[in-house]
Amino acid sequence: MGVDIQVEHLNAWFGKTRAVQDITLKMSANHATAIIGPSGCGKSTFVRCINRMHETVPEARVSGQIRIGDLNVYNGTSATQVRRRIGMVFQKPNPFPTMSIYDNVAAGLKLNGFRDRRQLDEIVERSLTMAALWHEVKDALRKQSGASLSGGQQQRLCIARALAVEPQVLLMDEPCSALDPISTSKIEELIFQLKQRYTIVIVTHNMQQASRVAEYTGFFLLGNLIEFDKTEKIFTNPSDKRTEDYITGRFG
Amino acid sequence: MSRAMTLKASQADLSVSLWRRAIDLLATFAAGSAVVLVLLPLGAVFGYLVYKGIGSLNWAFLSQTPKPVGEAGGGMANAIAGSALILGIASVIGVPVGIGAGVYLAEYGRNRLGDLIRFTADVLNGVPSIVIGIVAYGIVVLRQRHFSALAGGVALAIMMIPTITRATEEMVLLVPTAVREAAYGLGVSRWRTTISITLRTAMSGVITGVMLAFARVAGETAPLLFTAFGNTYWNWNMNQPTAALPLQIFVYAISPFDEWHRQAWAGALVLIVLIVVSVSAVRLVAGRGMLKGSS
Amino acid sequence: MANRAVGAHPLTSPELAVGPALAAQPPAKPEFLIKDSTSQWADRTFQFAMLACGLTVLLLVYLIIYELTTKGTLARHAFGWRFFFQSDWDPVNDRYGALSFVYGTIVSSLLALLIAVPLAIGVAVFITEMSPRWLRTPLAFTTELLAAIPSVIYGLWAIFVLVPLLRQSVQPWLARYLGWTGLVEGPPYGIGMLAAGVILAIMIVPIISSIAREVMTAVPQQQREAVLALGATRWEMIRMGVLGNARAGIWGGIILGLGRALGETMAVTMVIGNRPEIAKSLFAPGYTMASVIANEFSEASGELYLSSLVEVGLALFLVTIVVNVLAQLLVWSVTRGTPARSHV
Repeated sequence: MGVDIQVEHLNAWFGKTRAVQDITLKMSANHATAIIGPSGCGKSTFVRCINRMHETVPEARVSGQIRIGDLNVYNGTSATQVRRRIGMVFQKPNPFPTMSIYDNVAAGLKLNGFRDRRQLDEIVERSLTMAALWHEVKDALRKQSGASLSGGQQQRLCIARALAVEPQVLLMDEPCSALDPISTSKIEELIFQLKQRYTIVIVTHNMQQASRVAEYTGFFLLGNLIEFDKTEKIFTNPSDKRTEDYITGRFG
Repeated sequence: MSRAMTLKASQADLSVSLWRRAIDLLATFAAGSAVVLVLLPLGAVFGYLVYKGIGSLNWAFLSQTPKPVGEAGGGMANAIAGSALILGIASVIGVPVGIGAGVYLAEYGRNRLGDLIRFTADVLNGVPSIVIGIVAYGIVVLRQRHFSALAGGVALAIMMIPTITRATEEMVLLVPTAVREAAYGLGVSRWRTTISITLRTAMSGVITGVMLAFARVAGETAPLLFTAFGNTYWNWNMNQPTAALPLQIFVYAISPFDEWHRQAWAGALVLIVLIVVSVSAVRLVAGRGMLKGSS
Repeated sequence: MANRAVGAHPLTSPELAVGPALAAQPPAKPEFLIKDSTSQWADRTFQFAMLACGLTVLLLVYLIIYELTTKGTLARHAFGWRFFFQSDWDPVNDRYGALSFVYGTIVSSLLALLIAVPLAIGVAVFITEMSPRWLRTPLAFTTELLAAIPSVIYGLWAIFVLVPLLRQSVQPWLARYLGWTGLVEGPPYGIGMLAAGVILAIMIVPIISSIAREVMTAVPQQQREAVLALGATRWEMIRMGVLGNARAGIWGGIILGLGRALGETMAVTMVIGNRPEIAKSLFAPGYTMASVIANEFSEASGELYLSSLVEVGLALFLVTIVVNVLAQLLVWSVTRGTPARSHV
């Protein structure tokens, strides 16, 4: 089951530039939260702070607190432990190019020392099924390379890969920006179903997408969280002028 | 009047352009001849190797040790085995260190120390092989108090390391950040990601680098002259002087005996086949693209 | 700012409550498939191991310098700088001067450059600018194959093919037409400086031409088009648009070739004649720094003898370092930061 994500006074820097400024918000369990905003507004950086991916960039720094359920992300745990509880799906599909479909899905478990073959088989099937890819690939699991799939399939493979480690939270950083409309609608449908089991945070520059998949939406501008509310409210009756300007397409 | 002038001008134009076209043609011809002139010795070297080598290449050559001067027959089997031993030692030392250094440069080397190591590797790459021989003599032969396969292996390892290092760095850097991030995102630790994801993705490129380094040192003679030194019998002890194919070719080539000259050609043919096969194999692998299928 | 933005608007849903008080967590204790091992320790160990490999590279160069300087001390003390300006090399009387080797090294290398540079540039120009597209890769591969042939095989070939050819045809012809210069006179042995220069030239052509190709390919297509648009012929385009822009890099390649020629040992040793003499004629035998080490190091009996040979090695090392660094900088100036690939 998903858990709440509680963010308090989060700041993130690249060297001397502050990309995310004093963010405080709570994303609730088993819901999808969309993060919208013009490019360069810090929305990607924000989600990358949640699973401590931000610190893999040289000279990146973070302050503040994040809690995933009872786990304090920046205090008392290792980055790897945090990331195992949080699945991440990236902008461009990034399957491991040298691995088969099966190995791609199993990678997270195998590389973390999980060896039970029977259980692995089950998990791979379950993850691929959840990612709505099982029927398309079940006959070529070990023969076909993950990189040989189509873009949309690759992205679903990446989702399956993230689900296989049984996370509580799923972060999606513009997961459809590199995909065609049909693949996009498949992924969106998938997000809708995954919500029942995971807490989902989805970064998107596509406002329609945000309104389709997310219950809550946060609007970022220049590293600040301008407004955070129910999606419906953000898109129909935003409280802040800047949100309204963005929603109505006056900038960004 | 004005028409005449235009006519004159265009005639001048025509002659200039003819002149320029002639130069152009001449340049093309010159460049083409350069290619021919360069390919000529290449053909000549390979032609003679095959022509002179095939005739002397027989089972005895590949299975026997050298016979004393004056006796016909014998072969370079011990030298081939010695080369294998020395190259084996060199690879055991050079490949892991070279790959490790390359990984360091690519994964942790975006700093002053990395720049220094990168620069030093390039410097080391340019050091004449004979100088490497002196150093291996100093650090191994003088300590052991005698020539040995180990000393030869160390010398060749020193020559392999910079090539492998730079090739590995280049290949590892080609692996997209996205692939690394995918692994980090699954909670895979950094070292595990580097070994099982990054290096594995770059593997065919790294192997190319290793094979090129191997091919480069396989024919090296100078650094073996006073390290492995050579001998005329079977030896599998890495602490003893050991024959090597290039050394044997050298000794036989500068000898005054026809029989030995024949064998030198045969040895050279064996050596070049070894090297060309490994280099071509590498080209084939590399030609297929190291990140085949990656998006 | 963010706080104000959020706080400024009363939030409708209690789930969105933001503040210092965390909402009570459900006491869900999920089971994880993977137990966390202390991976930080492993990460550090791994990084340290890789660092150790990297430092080995530094250590090796340090060892080279250390070995060469300490073992050459004896000769340095005995002869000082005179060592490089005296040409008597006399193991019997323990008197050593390296001038004839320095001379042989420089002359054979320059001769090699003289032959190789025009050929190499011609090859590079032909492959990158003139040859039909399908021929490019095979040509590039074939010329680079020259670099894969071991030195000792070049030496073998030179002894039995090149030297007789020089002796019987080339040298008599040169002596007849250019003998008056004094550079090509005397008995045509075949073996000697000329043979060394020619074989070195063959060996360094692929190095120079592959670097030249690399830098010429790095010249942006617009440069070519700009010149062509002015109505230039292909050769004018190559001369102005390509060679002009790639000049520094080509010089880098030439100097890299020089570095290789200076340190080349086996092929030269096998054909240069190995006599420590300084002769004006290119037909005369000579000796190079690398070959004297190759020939005499394992037989050098006296300490001063050995030390003198090491001193020759040190000089050779320093010269090639300077030459290589210079070449590297020139190539970098064109290809901008992407280091020259190592060439086989």
